[in-house]
Amino acid sequence: MPNKEVVATDAPAKASSGLPLLASELSVLFRRRRTWAMLLALAAVPVLMAIAVRVSSAVPPGRGPAFLDRITQNGLFVGVTALLVCVPLFLPLTVGVVAGDTIAGEAGLGTLRYLLVAPAGRVRLLLVKYAGAAAFCIVAPLVVALAGAGIGTALFPVGPVTLLSGDVITPGEAVVRLLLVAAYLTVSLLGLSAVGLFLSTLTDVPVGAMAATIVASVVSQVVGELPQLEWLHPWLFSHYWFGFADLLRQPIAWDSFGSNALLQAGYIAVFGALAYGRFVTKDVLS
Amino acid sequence: MTVAGRSAELAIETRGLSKRFGHQLAVDGVNLAVPRGSVFGFLGPNGSGKTTTIRMMLGLAGATRGSVSVLGLEMPERFHDVLPRVGALVEGPAFYPFLSGAANLRRLDAADPYAVQSTRRARVEAALERVGLTHAAGKKVRAYSLGMKQRLGIANALLSPRELLVLDEPTNGLDPQGTREVRSLVRSLAADGATVFVSSHLLAEVEQICTHAAVMSAGRLVAQGTLAELRDEGKVRIRLVTPDAGLAEGVFARLGMTPMGGRSNGALVYGDSRRAGDTGTAGDAGQLGDTGQLGDAGQSGVAVEPEAVVAAMVAAGVRVRGFAVEQGSLEDRFVALTGEGFDIAQ
Repeated sequence: MPNKEVVATDAPAKASSGLPLLASELSVLFRRRRTWAMLLALAAVPVLMAIAVRVSSAVPPGRGPAFLDRITQNGLFVGVTALLVCVPLFLPLTVGVVAGDTIAGEAGLGTLRYLLVAPAGRVRLLLVKYAGAAAFCIVAPLVVALAGAGIGTALFPVGPVTLLSGDVITPGEAVVRLLLVAAYLTVSLLGLSAVGLFLSTLTDVPVGAMAATIVASVVSQVVGELPQLEWLHPWLFSHYWFGFADLLRQPIAWDSFGSNALLQAGYIAVFGALAYGRFVTKDVLS
Repeated sequence: MTVAGRSAELAIETRGLSKRFGHQLAVDGVNLAVPRGSVFGFLGPNGSGKTTTIRMMLGLAGATRGSVSVLGLEMPERFHDVLPRVGALVEGPAFYPFLSGAANLRRLDAADPYAVQSTRRARVEAALERVGLTHAAGKKVRAYSLGMKQRLGIANALLSPRELLVLDEPTNGLDPQGTREVRSLVRSLAADGATVFVSSHLLAEVEQICTHAAVMSAGRLVAQGTLAELRDEGKVRIRLVTPDAGLAEGVFARLGMTPMGGRSNGALVYGDSRRAGDTGTAGDAGQLGDTGQLGDAGQSGVAVEPEAVVAAMVAAGVRVRGFAVEQGSLEDRFVALTGEGFDIAQ
């Protein structure tokens, strides 16, 4: 066994960036069966929806989720409709699982102490963990959008798409709009991820942090429905969640995208700072 | 006060290290001094504060009072410079059950910013080979037995060349074969120049592999020194088998020896209460801190020579049927320091 160099490493070699750890984090996250199960469940939403519409007779206009009646006319609408359906519950649910698991999951397994002794560094680990959750926020809406576009193309005719403003765009442009909507939802979920990251530093029980994150998203949406608390509405992370309709106009109205991004950045800053304050001083006893 | 020169020779040094959880003082003013190159046994019953002390050494938990330096650098401030040179097994192994053994090690190695990426695979393979897990490298850790996880945990500590290994209960869950392997592994690591800090409640294990040891009891460090010092060699016991018990007791008393442990199996057990090391604290007072009760590794200079005891017995007409000189064992010392009972302190 080569072990002669044990004795002295006076000046440690140059430290690498966090990239190997990030790569490892992403590989652990996306090779995990639970992540696959959640992504498959998300992909099942547009598939089930499209099949249901296909086998049933035409949906009367104005019933069911918005755009549902348009599906039969244009398969690309499956993606948008499925995203709309997933916004209130399915996407926050899966993001809650991933974000709530970040630190608490490692603590629950006991691997947190080994990562820290490696030493991952607490700040670096927190950043990598948040980056992992953000990556899931990118992938999850994308999976819904692409599964929707795919199944829609397979089951329904595809043609020029009529936007909310009445303009007609080509199918190619429509796919770009679909990806924009997915990107909008990615941004929308980043604030929730930061909340989940913070909650995850509070406990060694991952299920608790996951549930708390999901409850936070439900509470935020419920409060958003209460007219009595209207003053609070602009501060809720779910305030702009349904604002992506602006991306389906011609020309695109970027206002809600910008306001949403600003709001989410605020949540990232506040809850990122809270997570930092908590995690850097935390006694890791798990 | 710590002299700078000595600090450099210490792999681990704690000064008044204390940790309070709520109202309970889990670690209370511990002054550890682990010399570089030693194989240091960290003994104590369950719940005596061993693992909490280790957590503070590794920067996992903050000290309520006191300070720690590891490899001459303050922890946890210098963790970035210290921890890459330290391999650790803390409170049992912990891995991702859904990853293979090798993937687990690659993951933890990726967390070390100083680990060289290009040699990762080779180092993981070498570490797995060293603990005899090559054949199970591709198996999910979920399917590992406790002993295999323990081996994987040790492999993780050996991923990079280390100057210090902190192994918390390394033989937990291992079969006798595995225990032997760990012992020889620890010896080979020490032979390569690494300092090995082994916490254990298994005295036999510590006695076989360690050069130094410390004993914790109820959060306090109650003894520390070389193994020879701890065995308390000054305290020699004499076991005498005789039908003339009364006569022999008189001779013992004249020699200034006191009964120890009473009669066992019809034999008289006596020791010399005037221990060689009673003059003061053991060896290096500064290094040993508040562990004054530790006896010096005294030769039986002041004590009565065993042959003199036999001569006195024979002269007094005691029929000596059996005579044995017994060294104090680490176990005796351990029990004397931490108490007999099974109750967990505190």
